[in-house]
Amino acid sequence: MDLKLDHHQDDRLTIVEVEGEIDVYTAPRLRELLIDLVNKGSYHLLVNMEKVDFLDSTGLGVLVGGLKRVRAHDGSLELVCTQERILKIFRITGLTKVFGIYASVDEAKEAHGRDK
Amino acid sequence: MATVELTFSALPAHVRTARLVATAIARRTGVEESLLDEVRLAVGEACSRAVEAHRAHCPGEPIRIELKDDSGRFEVTVSDQAPSDEIKQEQPVDLGALSDSFMSGFGIAVIAGLADDVEVFPSPKGMRIRMSWPAPTNARVV
Repeated sequence: MDLKLDHHQDDRLTIVEVEGEIDVYTAPRLRELLIDLVNKGSYHLLVNMEKVDFLDSTGLGVLVGGLKRVRAHDGSLELVCTQERILKIFRITGLTKVFGIYASVDEAKEAHGRDK
Repeated sequence: MATVELTFSALPAHVRTARLVATAIARRTGVEESLLDEVRLAVGEACSRAVEAHRAHCPGEPIRIELKDDSGRFEVTVSDQAPSDEIKQEQPVDLGALSDSFMSGFGIAVIAGLADDVEVFPSPKGMRIRMSWPAPTNARVV
């Protein structure tokens, strides 16, 4: 399955919807979107990965790159993910300590609201 | 011992094909369903690393994968032809040091976390990554 990307604004958060496979072939498209959003002033990103079928270290690299970019503007990049197959790669690489990972968009919004 | 060999050009688009072939053969060989995601991800990581290495050093050379059903194990070997004298060791996560392009070294760390058994053979003539998973012979689909 190819990668489908969409995004919308929800109060201060920009929610990025990702569907499909994030790998060495498709990850550049996600990287371009994240860079574009940051360049346009979106510094609080929530990436919804509930419809992601596959994620490899290239995809992790893109998410880390996005996080570095938003942090340069005191922003945030957090994730929504409950799929064990995807969470496993975050655990293996230790990136669960780097990203805020939530079970739903609502949960992430609530946590983000508390942190404001 | 049944063997399938696949060679492909160093193009990112072909990595997905390699993953799908490896997963299909793993299933047919009798690897448990619960391990197939690990096979898919580990083979994808090995192929992504090889593609990146070839694109940097020898884009015209093909990458080779060998998939074997051997004595109750499903064994995958990914071989590239890009020089690799050393393996970057796994480091604690340091956000500032991580690149947003391919995180070289992370791929092998991921494979080590996924495969039941992994061996990495770096050399000036290329790297060979061999990994295997249990494949009970009585579970084999004929």
